[in-house]
Amino acid sequence: MTDVVVVGGGPAGLACAIELRRRGAREVLVVDRETQAGGIPRHSAHQGFGLRDLRRVMSGPRYARRYVELAREEGVDLLEETMVTGWSAAGGLEVTSPAGREGLRAPAVVLATGCRERPRSARLVPGSRPDGVMTTATLQQLVLQGLPVGSRALVVGAEHVSFSAVLTLAHAGAEVVAMTTELRRDQTLALFRAGAALRYRFPLLTRTAVAGIRGRSRVDEVELLDLESRRTRLIACDTVVFTADWIPDHELAVMGGLELDPGTLGPRADTGLRTTRPGVFAAGNVLHGAEPADIAALSGRHAAGSVARWLAGDGAWPAAVPIECAPPLHWISPNAIGPNAQSPPRGHFLLRSRDFARRAALEIHQDGRLLWSGSARLTPGRSTRLPRGWLSAVDVGAGPVQVSTRSRLTPSRRLT
Amino acid sequence: MSEEASDRDVVIIGAGVVGAAIARELSRFELGCTMVEAGPDVGAGTSKANTALLHTGFDAKPGTLEARLVRRGHELLSEYAPRVGIPLQRTGALLVAWNEEQRGAFPAIVERANANGYTAIGEVDRDELYRREPHLGPGAHGALDVPDEGIVCAFTPPLAYATEASLAGCELLLRTPVIGLERLEGGGFRVETPSGHLKARYLVNAAGLRGDELDRMLGHSTFTVTPRRGELIVFDKLALPLLDHILLAVPTGTTKGVLLSPTVYGNVLLGPTAENIDDKSDTSSTSAGLAFLRSEAERVLPELLDYEVTAVYVGLRAATEHDDYQLTIHAPEGYACVGGIRSTGLSASLAIAEHVRTELAAAGLRLEPKQELPDVQMPNIGEQLPRPYAERARIAANPDYGRIVCFCERVTRGEIRDALAGPLPAVDLDGLRRRTRVLMGRCQGFYCGAEVRALLAAERA
Repeated sequence: MTDVVVVGGGPAGLACAIELRRRGAREVLVVDRETQAGGIPRHSAHQGFGLRDLRRVMSGPRYARRYVELAREEGVDLLEETMVTGWSAAGGLEVTSPAGREGLRAPAVVLATGCRERPRSARLVPGSRPDGVMTTATLQQLVLQGLPVGSRALVVGAEHVSFSAVLTLAHAGAEVVAMTTELRRDQTLALFRAGAALRYRFPLLTRTAVAGIRGRSRVDEVELLDLESRRTRLIACDTVVFTADWIPDHELAVMGGLELDPGTLGPRADTGLRTTRPGVFAAGNVLHGAEPADIAALSGRHAAGSVARWLAGDGAWPAAVPIECAPPLHWISPNAIGPNAQSPPRGHFLLRSRDFARRAALEIHQDGRLLWSGSARLTPGRSTRLPRGWLSAVDVGAGPVQVSTRSRLTPSRRLT
Repeated sequence: MSEEASDRDVVIIGAGVVGAAIARELSRFELGCTMVEAGPDVGAGTSKANTALLHTGFDAKPGTLEARLVRRGHELLSEYAPRVGIPLQRTGALLVAWNEEQRGAFPAIVERANANGYTAIGEVDRDELYRREPHLGPGAHGALDVPDEGIVCAFTPPLAYATEASLAGCELLLRTPVIGLERLEGGGFRVETPSGHLKARYLVNAAGLRGDELDRMLGHSTFTVTPRRGELIVFDKLALPLLDHILLAVPTGTTKGVLLSPTVYGNVLLGPTAENIDDKSDTSSTSAGLAFLRSEAERVLPELLDYEVTAVYVGLRAATEHDDYQLTIHAPEGYACVGGIRSTGLSASLAIAEHVRTELAAAGLRLEPKQELPDVQMPNIGEQLPRPYAERARIAANPDYGRIVCFCERVTRGEIRDALAGPLPAVDLDGLRRRTRVLMGRCQGFYCGAEVRALLAAERA
């Protein structure tokens, strides 16, 4: 009898399964739909993985392999090329693999299905539909497979992953003609930005939207719109990489009737990463837009604790009170609070904003009662840590907890 | 192809849904047929980018050829589709009135439907409308129920027709644009292409957007094609529970308006816009068009905008200055011009083919039925019947049908392999998409884009 089915064999799923075995779970099964487990890091050929979870730094592919090795060493059952396609009426999982079509049942299911970048169509970028338009993930895989990616690329987005796309393009011998962001400035670390700009010399076009793509069989040029002057101009390139703008792969969550959080678009999860469906947990980047792999792994490890308690417990699924965010705040994760003031992963909440602020005054209320106030720096696309000291003051039987900025943010115009 | 090339009985120009249907129809008889297509594949032009509706023709102009052929085509395709594996669902349509003036148009619409021989149309009141479509935006006044309107896969029909024609001996020349046409002394035609010429006793012009240009090469000038651009938005499969029927707008003088519809692949479709343009190859979407479609959805099905957009596509209808098909049989010379087939072409395709066959026979084409005809079964890419990934026996017989490559659309390696082989193999990514749905899902290649390209490259190496 399988105790736990973990859906998704990336860092979060594998770290969760490993921790479950270490905590004594008997049968832990990880199913991964790719031919090789390991998740997104398999395609990120640069260094920088493993710092927070494995306490050493390695490349993405090495990191992915390490997790697969650890899982096998710990006795995790790992099925690759195996996809969960839905839930059966009886509450089990429907699974397809070369070995056949079958149903899986377990007292606990962990969704660790990750997230993806929104493609060009989801961003409603008009124009023709030539080849050469892709997301960072496709770019990285094309380069790994030795397939051509073009020679002059426009990178849309200015988050960490956008700079990662620059590295991949450089590795493939492609020139970056420009990087664009609709925001006032990039959203990565100054060191990363300065390094990339110095080494690869491309302009960062802020307050710039992609207004159209032109070209017949291959991209010829891209129409850029200056959001301040509303003027457009054309930039010649043969490749467009749409980066970031993440959306959790929440299909199974929705099909399973799990409530989604309107901010993250991932399943609503309490601080123990319990979703709104009894026996179903969620971990890693299915909870929200992308965090680095090691943070996803630690989220998986955190969920394992709750799963273990559930397996040992009396079958009662705790009630939770949701946490809501007011604009310009975008989302908070975890976004519900269960009993006993359980700590969120790594001891803090992750908070995202849609706007920049050097020092935003933040407040947390429940039913008009102030639970906490403080200040924090906010950068779109990057998480701000929110402490958990106020958790014990939450009344789980009362109304939703609300996180907001006390006054309007200083207009970002003055902050650039 | 060379000067000595033997004469074909019939050359069909254009392998869209109409040309392919005609090729299929004629290939059932002892004839030497050739279908020439400018593009790299069958059904790769306008035929792939429409609303994919199976029209009853209830709203056609009574007495027109279009009205008659759409009605007959509905009957033929409804019978043909399940037989060869073309996804088709009879969802029914609701034509929604958003004010009393629109509701006032109902009697005339019903009268027109009746004149077209369609009597199953009937009015449903406001309460019944919201009972059937509870997610409909507020403010509807009632609807007309057209229970026989349906949705169909637009990709499979031309492929099914061409496969059947091809197996029955019809020659198919892809990447072969027609650059010249002339009538030969003593009858027949000379069809010029960049790689040589063909001779034909009978000629069928099913060139769609270029139909008028070819018609002029033979000295006719009865119509001009003005491409009418239609932009469409495909929403995420998770939005499918928002509607059960095709939601039509009350037509105005100039357009049938924007519709919302489930698709046979399990998505929700919104569109089309209608904009006359000059360039017959400009399938670009526009920010104005997409904004307009979203504003329509906001009114008709507001919750739809909470869902992700999976794809945007654009089709060019072969509209003319006339309000009917421009289907003319020039009997003495043996030339069938099948022009001006607008958005109803898919629904009418089999009837158009039947009509052309009958008319050519009347013009002297001898039709001797073949003894044996191919039995074609197309791969199922619709959601109504089980797809290979969900078929236990199929995976047991061949594990490649259990290897899901495209996660969003659940396309297996076995299906990709099949699409790259067979009588009408995919030659490019777009062809692979239309045969399998690979890369057409919500991630648009984030996960499998590179792998699918590698599979295609390996096959073509």
